[in-house]
Amino acid sequence: MSVETRSGCVSRLSRNSIPSAHTKRRLPMAESEELEIDVETHEGATVMKPVGDVDLSRSPVLRNAIRSALNDKPDKLIVELSGVSYMDSSGVATLVEAMQITRKIQAKLVLCNLTDRVQSIFEIARLDQVFTITDDLDSAKAV
Amino acid sequence: MSDPIYLAGAREMVLGISRRLGFKEAPATQIALAVDEALANVINHGYDRQNDKPIWIRIWPKTDGHTPGLRLMIEDEARQIDPDSICGRDLDDVKPGGLGVHIIREVMDTVTYERRDKVGMRLTLIKKLDSECTHQTETSNG
Repeated sequence: MSVETRSGCVSRLSRNSIPSAHTKRRLPMAESEELEIDVETHEGATVMKPVGDVDLSRSPVLRNAIRSALNDKPDKLIVELSGVSYMDSSGVATLVEAMQITRKIQAKLVLCNLTDRVQSIFEIARLDQVFTITDDLDSAKAV
Repeated sequence: MSDPIYLAGAREMVLGISRRLGFKEAPATQIALAVDEALANVINHGYDRQNDKPIWIRIWPKTDGHTPGLRLMIEDEARQIDPDSICGRDLDDVKPGGLGVHIIREVMDTVTYERRDKVGMRLTLIKKLDSECTHQTETSNG
């Protein structure tokens, strides 16, 4: 199902629709940016799923979304990355910043479902051993 | 122009040409990543995020030497700096930013920074097409 927003960007509802016991919201997007971010909260954990390329033009959108989510001080932030087919070092920097914030607020940060391209940049930057990374969302929720 | 919205188009161009020259998907993707990082550095550091400045990208097959490959040249009119001062940070110091130069050097076989004659910088990147990078395709030489 697709929804046409006022900015002209097509927003997709998460395919992982969750029953009404969960809170789901779509974070506002900046004009002309096409990075869609689904956010769901459940039992103290926030699951964030960006969809699109995360490069220098779009990483600020992800950064703002992460900061907004962490302002609520969840116990855990999960960033589900199956929808990110490309990420450069600005996107990685955003996640490093997220890791620093979660450490300060004593929350967990878990990345899951990395695509091959995104996994590759983490390995090049030697950050694949620094972050908690799981193969799927269920494993991330169990961390 | 030095607007980040054009990075996606630059990546697609480099990716397409890399594939065309025989690079497998993974190394072609990494070449596009390296170019993306180089352009981002020009935008962030060379032009201080001004988004209306020129950046030129030139790509052509590398035909000199024994190993074919790809040669890219990225030029700008940003402030000139000492090429020897361009280096990646210590990866053990985990912090946001500072990964671009490291990624470029990890991906490409040759990385050369130099000052242009009158203004700006020039970055030359070479990636060799070795056996790990190539498609299993027929060539015009049979």
